[in-house]
Amino acid sequence: VSRRRASEKRSTEMGNKRAEKKHDKHHKTTRKEGEKDRKRPRRRNADEEEAEEESSKEKKNIKNERTKTVKLEDEKEKDVKKKRKNSESESHSESNSDAESKDNQAVGVLGSLTPEELEQLKEAVDERKKLITTLKGKPWPMKKKLVILRESQEFVEKYEGALGKGKGRKLYAYKVLMMKKWMKFQRDLENFKTACIPWEMKIKEIESHFGSSVASYFIFLRWMYGINMILFGLTFGLVMVPEALMGKPYGSMPRKTVPRVEEASAMNFAVLWDFGGYAKYSVLFYGYYNNQRAIGWLKFRMPLSYFLVGVGTVAYSYMVVIRTMARNANEEGGGDDTSFNFSWKTFTSWDYLIGNPETADNKFASITTSFKEAIVEEQESRKDDNIHLTRFLRVLANFLVLCCLAGSGYLIYFVVRRSQKFALEGLENYGWWERNEVNMVMSLLGMFCPMLFDVISTLENYHPRIALQWQLGRIFALFLGNLYTFIIALMDAIQLKRAEEEIVKKNMTIWQANLYNGTVPDNSTALPITVHPADVPRGPCWETMVGQEFVRLIISDTMTTYITLLIGDFLRAVLVRFLNNCWCWDLEYGFPSYSEFDVSGNVLGLIFNQGMIWMGAFYAPCLPALNLLRLHVSMYLQCWAVMCCNVPQERVFKASGSSNFYMAMLLVILFLSTLPAIYTIVSIPPSFDCGPFSGKNRMFDVIQETLETDFPAWFSKVFSYASNPGLVLSFLLLLVLAIYYLQSTSKTYKRVNMELKKKLQTQNEENKRKNKLAALKAANELEQAKKAGEQCSNSASDLGESTQNVSQLP
Amino acid sequence: MGNKQTIFTSQQLDAYQDCTYFTRKEILRLFHRYRDLAPQLVPLDYKNQPEVRLPYELIGSMPELKDNPFRQRIAEVFSEDGEGNMTLDDFLDMFSVLSEMAPRDLKAYYAFKIYDFNNDDFICKSDLNLGKTLNKLTRNELTEDEVRMVCEKVIEEVIWTMMDRLSLEDFQHMIMRAPDFLSTFHIRI
Repeated sequence: VSRRRASEKRSTEMGNKRAEKKHDKHHKTTRKEGEKDRKRPRRRNADEEEAEEESSKEKKNIKNERTKTVKLEDEKEKDVKKKRKNSESESHSESNSDAESKDNQAVGVLGSLTPEELEQLKEAVDERKKLITTLKGKPWPMKKKLVILRESQEFVEKYEGALGKGKGRKLYAYKVLMMKKWMKFQRDLENFKTACIPWEMKIKEIESHFGSSVASYFIFLRWMYGINMILFGLTFGLVMVPEALMGKPYGSMPRKTVPRVEEASAMNFAVLWDFGGYAKYSVLFYGYYNNQRAIGWLKFRMPLSYFLVGVGTVAYSYMVVIRTMARNANEEGGGDDTSFNFSWKTFTSWDYLIGNPETADNKFASITTSFKEAIVEEQESRKDDNIHLTRFLRVLANFLVLCCLAGSGYLIYFVVRRSQKFALEGLENYGWWERNEVNMVMSLLGMFCPMLFDVISTLENYHPRIALQWQLGRIFALFLGNLYTFIIALMDAIQLKRAEEEIVKKNMTIWQANLYNGTVPDNSTALPITVHPADVPRGPCWETMVGQEFVRLIISDTMTTYITLLIGDFLRAVLVRFLNNCWCWDLEYGFPSYSEFDVSGNVLGLIFNQGMIWMGAFYAPCLPALNLLRLHVSMYLQCWAVMCCNVPQERVFKASGSSNFYMAMLLVILFLSTLPAIYTIVSIPPSFDCGPFSGKNRMFDVIQETLETDFPAWFSKVFSYASNPGLVLSFLLLLVLAIYYLQSTSKTYKRVNMELKKKLQTQNEENKRKNKLAALKAANELEQAKKAGEQCSNSASDLGESTQNVSQLP
Repeated sequence: MGNKQTIFTSQQLDAYQDCTYFTRKEILRLFHRYRDLAPQLVPLDYKNQPEVRLPYELIGSMPELKDNPFRQRIAEVFSEDGEGNMTLDDFLDMFSVLSEMAPRDLKAYYAFKIYDFNNDDFICKSDLNLGKTLNKLTRNELTEDEVRMVCEKVIEEVIWTMMDRLSLEDFQHMIMRAPDFLSTFHIRI
């Protein structure tokens, strides 16, 4: 038994040693071996242990066993190689029989393994498998990786089948087969996914011309496009299509028909562009949807679907944003510490993505400037020039900015009130400007105020990175203020419409009574006179109005962006280029010159647009589709504009070290956008004659209705218990406690982290100091030894001389 | 995703996918980029693994590399013979390490080798290493004094021991913290 055990140990060790010998052949430098040693300590240790055990056994027996196992190994290797030469699509039976014969041989060698050895073998196989999966990340040359891959795969194949000996044999083999199929499936999925990513070449071209910060905007745009694609799929597939296919057609109900009054102008382009007329009475807006509980032969629950899709879009967006933030947070470095200032400048300042000589020139210049600045800062300490003046100027600048923000907020409020007044008096009396006043004002404010902030910020005299952060914060506040003022004004409009609704309801009953004027005036249900739906008096539909407002806002915003792009960038570039020849000063270097791509401004614009989509998507299901179109066009237009009209930036400052900055802003906007929608859903009753929730008291009543009618009785009982206030309150309490606990533990971890870092730093400095002292001491001692040596030699020479003298003395 | 290509066996493609961060389509695209550099030298059939090596001048003229001041070092580090002449394996390896998906420590290892101009596993202060790096970065615009000052500052910031040169551990420790490293040490192809 002991001999067999020795042979078994030998065989596994042989396998390892053979693999190692092959590795040795491909070593380039001894350092790589050191690398490998560090990376595979377990195997080495195991081998060493085995080697020790071996050395204690009889060597002759071992030698005999060794030759035998070597022969067996050779045979097995030949089998394996034969199998490799055949194509991979062998039939299962063939492979199984091969595997079986192979297994039998392997089993023959491994015979009756003790459990520990079986475990060890399993560990070795698992380790090899892990090696195969992590092979990409190893810093070895490709040839070495290919060889190791082949060997590891052979090793795993050889012993994997044998390991499944005994009880779970078939199951193990089955598991292995499934695992292989799964990996192949995953690989195909990865291939497919990368094939689907659009615009890769465009972004690459922009990257090579402008560097990674400009390209990051386009990557962000592409990511947004993906999110909007999913939102579009949800709203289109689950809301718009069912209603269009299975709901009642146009003209069959009052809410689905253009009123007689508007019919004449319903097809005009101006009206359609404003989303009135036929566009208003279609699946694009909330008002078209019928409140029938189940439509079509599928019994599709339309109101429920509408509600759930609204909730689902928000939930999906939250999930995606938070998941991206978490992924980015993992890669974050140590933040903005300046302990490695010069080293980072030296080793990470060159952007390897640059593939264009002009950008490269710019980059060289900016790197040189950055070095010179850093050197100057290092050599002399900054003179503190008048702190008081700087502080006063900064306070003044902030005050001016606040004035601007307040002014713009008031302006928007005023304009919205004015537009309500116009609406009351009938929009036909006013021209184009009055009708689109609100949107134009908001877009123009969004365009000019940031420039104003830029000018004001020159008063402040901050470091460019900090100035950029202040600028972004102010623009953020501007957009937010504008948006919320807009919403407050909308709320006023909603209240107005609801008051109007009461009046219309009263009028309806009078009108219906008038209809039956001529017929039997008793309370029995007379046959309803067929009235054309277009003639029925209509209640005002505040939800559709809200949807329309948002759609108009987004359209005007898009138009403003594109026109600014064409005028501000393209026209400017054309002027500079062609007027340069006949102008007094050099236009390209002097005043207008070519514009640079404003990354942060554009990213903010994108984020705010997405916020508006989230706000309005519940009331206008067409918004995600519109946004998808807009993003698509933006991508192509901006790619063209960037390549054609912009020059690379001279100094590149990122707003922050991590890419989570913009994600955090997106999250805040998402939260702030869903607040108004949630408020309107929860507190305002829906209109009585339009939309899928008409007739209900509150929009979320649809959930309760579904629970009562569609689910078995015990379900609703369970839910009624669950919605018991006591239970809900205690659940909330539990959540609050959990949040508090998690936050305090995370704070503790951060503190401990900082302490460890500090300790490490002080330790390093101690080491440096000690080493320097030690080196100094060693140098001193060397000096002394040298001196002593010299003195000795001097004295020896003196002695020699004196002896000489003595000898010369007669 | 059919097996319509005849350049590699499917085993070779799978092996490449295991050893690099690329998918099948990207590997084929990279092969065609490699071949476009010298169509008469590179055969269309790689099943028997021919020994084809493209000289450094062709590699250095690729649009992704031609403006990079470190292109010669990059080619030398990733080539088998250390002179910059690359086989297809080396080519794939190079772009795999420089791609978006490669992890930080792998990139740090290769970055160290690129900046180690004399291949002695240390980045030293002298003309050979840091000085050369700086001069390539600024195209010799900095004066000698300034170069010397920056080199000393770098050594001071990074080194923990008495030696006046950076080892791999020092370099890795410094570069792992850098916020820009992953985004700048990246070539998209």
